[in-house]
Amino acid sequence: MKNTWIIIQREYLTRVRKKSFIIMTIVGPILLAGLWILPIYISSLGQGKKVVQVLDESGLFIDKFISTENVYFIPVLLRLEEAKQAFLASNDDALLYIPRTELNFPVTAVLFSRSQPGVDLKASVRDIMRRQAEALKLKAKGIDPEVLNTIKTRILIHAIKLSKDGTEEKTSIEISTALGLLGGFFIYFLIFMFGAQVMRGVIEEKTSRIVEVIITSVKPFQLMAGKIIGVGLVGLTQFLIWVVFTGVLILGFQATQPQENSLSKNPPITTQKVLTPQQMQLISEAEQDQDKSIIQEAFEGIRQVNFPLVLSAFAFFFLGGYLLYAALYAAIGSAVESETDTQQFMLPVTIPLILSFIIATYVINDPNSSTAIWFSIIPLTSPVVMMVRIPFGVPWWHLALSMIFLVVGFVFTTWLASRIYRTGILMYGKKVSWSELIRWFRYQL
Amino acid sequence: MSILSIKEVSKRYGQFQALDNVNLEIQRGSIFGLLGPNGAGKTTLIRIINKIIAPDEGNVFYEGQPLSSRFISQMGYLPEERGLYKKMKAGEQALYLARLKGLSNDGALKELKFWFTRFQIQDWWNRKVEELSKGMQQKLQFIVTVVHKPRLLILDEPFSGFDPINTDLIKKEILRLKSEGTTIVLSTHDMGSVEELCDNIALINQAKVVLQGAVHEIRSGYSKNLFEVSVQRELETQELSTMNKDSFELINITHQNGHYIYTFALGAAHSPNQLLQRIMPYTEILEFREKLPSMHDIFVSAVKQQSLNTIIP
Repeated sequence: MKNTWIIIQREYLTRVRKKSFIIMTIVGPILLAGLWILPIYISSLGQGKKVVQVLDESGLFIDKFISTENVYFIPVLLRLEEAKQAFLASNDDALLYIPRTELNFPVTAVLFSRSQPGVDLKASVRDIMRRQAEALKLKAKGIDPEVLNTIKTRILIHAIKLSKDGTEEKTSIEISTALGLLGGFFIYFLIFMFGAQVMRGVIEEKTSRIVEVIITSVKPFQLMAGKIIGVGLVGLTQFLIWVVFTGVLILGFQATQPQENSLSKNPPITTQKVLTPQQMQLISEAEQDQDKSIIQEAFEGIRQVNFPLVLSAFAFFFLGGYLLYAALYAAIGSAVESETDTQQFMLPVTIPLILSFIIATYVINDPNSSTAIWFSIIPLTSPVVMMVRIPFGVPWWHLALSMIFLVVGFVFTTWLASRIYRTGILMYGKKVSWSELIRWFRYQL
Repeated sequence: MSILSIKEVSKRYGQFQALDNVNLEIQRGSIFGLLGPNGAGKTTLIRIINKIIAPDEGNVFYEGQPLSSRFISQMGYLPEERGLYKKMKAGEQALYLARLKGLSNDGALKELKFWFTRFQIQDWWNRKVEELSKGMQQKLQFIVTVVHKPRLLILDEPFSGFDPINTDLIKKEILRLKSEGTTIVLSTHDMGSVEELCDNIALINQAKVVLQGAVHEIRSGYSKNLFEVSVQRELETQELSTMNKDSFELINITHQNGHYIYTFALGAAHSPNQLLQRIMPYTEILEFREKLPSMHDIFVSAVKQQSLNTIIP
């Protein structure tokens, strides 16, 4: 026991002091928080200003191209050929040409630019033209666009989970989906990462032959267990630092940002021509209403998440899944002499892990299907699949069963792996096959 | 008194017989040479002594008691294929391995300081192992083998990778440890060091002990009663023929640094003194010694003999 503890200490300390660990620990939360903060930040910043020349031969649209913070529209009153020349001589980004049509309202336009115009620019030009064309068509048919606006309806569905005892719980499917996928993905990623670290550690000990020295002081099982636990603690440390650090970063960012800035976009600013106050209000209200409700809903959904449950489940399923797979990785490491020889043994270990991630995408659609339930209980896939299910709400006995099976599972893989490991670490100069592994498993040492 | 008794030990790996009914006694305070060609079963035997693997049959006794894990901390083992964590600092690594041997942190530090100073590598305490020269790594490896003051020290090819100066250093340390009462099992192919250091040896070939006993007894056992006489002048044919008649058979003559060295085989009826008396009237005798077979020759002939026996049973 004392020796296992000494080994755990070494495995933990040598890894935690490594530069790569320190960098990952700092960069990780910044990346995570970045995923959260960046979209908000960018939308508040706006992209670089684009200048677009508008040559509208029809004369129907020119009024509607109102400059915003991001796009600056300049009317051009030249013939097309001259306009092209002038555009090329200028520094502007694009030239929009709307040809005159005799019979119908124009529905085509040409966007000239020196390089490929951005998708955003094209979309916003199309939006402006579509809105105006629709308005003109409505007018032609004698319908007041105002009437249409009042008809347009946005449907909001609030999902509420009704428990047997009658308590209602507001849920957000979107948030649960995002959270489930994120949690599942992280477990998948961390198991791979730290499992591979265990494997590399075992290979290092074997190829450097230090294992020959150590093995007289400690039992092979102690050495294997010490390494697995040590690396697992490194993973847990990193996870805790990430949770705390990410939380601090996000809270810190929210505190520095004015509240409405993160909730709504700036209203469009008109520079060239002022809209009537009525129109202006309509447009911005409609846009704001839409934005607000989505983001507010998201915030509400996040508030509904049972974070203590999700985080502690994450810690448990990460640890359980890691222990289960790390033992197998250790056995693989003991059987080979370099990382390049690991391929043939890696595949059977990797497949259940990848499978669980594929299943996770189905689980999102139906978290209570029998597929979801089964794979969230089978130990090889449960760490990822159960993590995906948890934000949607899981009956406690599913959770308990899954946890019990996971513990049984890692005890079993550890036993299996230790029997291969104790022979493997002292075996050199042999290309190891599957039948060889089975023979090692059966050896009486 | 034996510190280690190995009784009727056998070990198989699948179809491969690694050890076949091996019996050995290792005397306390002696240096025991464990010899044998590659693949003979030495490493398997050492691993059984270290309790890394268990024998299929037979028993091992340590100080008269069945070998158990609690005795392992009284042993030190320097494996032939040895290594260290390359990225770890020398001192830190030595401390780690010493603590695994059961030393306390402070106790280990005190011992290691002593050894690092003794081997003059104290300046390398905070350097990574990969920055150390091969010789220094070997010294470090030796230190971590002996730091916990083992009563039984098993050294597998301890001199490989050492220059002659460091080889002498390690030899001196081995003899010093022996004088302090440590029992040493030395497994090596370097027959010179066996002759120089070992009290007893066992030769293992093809899983069996083919030869064992005290080094001087084995060498005289293989002796062909050859004697070398170094003289000032060349003996004349007539003088030699009279000696031959008395059944002092001349085996070899060499000329070296102005001296003549004659090798005679003595018949059973004669003593070395009689040979000396015969030569003395003719010339000045500079040197006289029995020519014992080297351990190298014994090793080769014993292994060859056994291989022959296996081919033609």
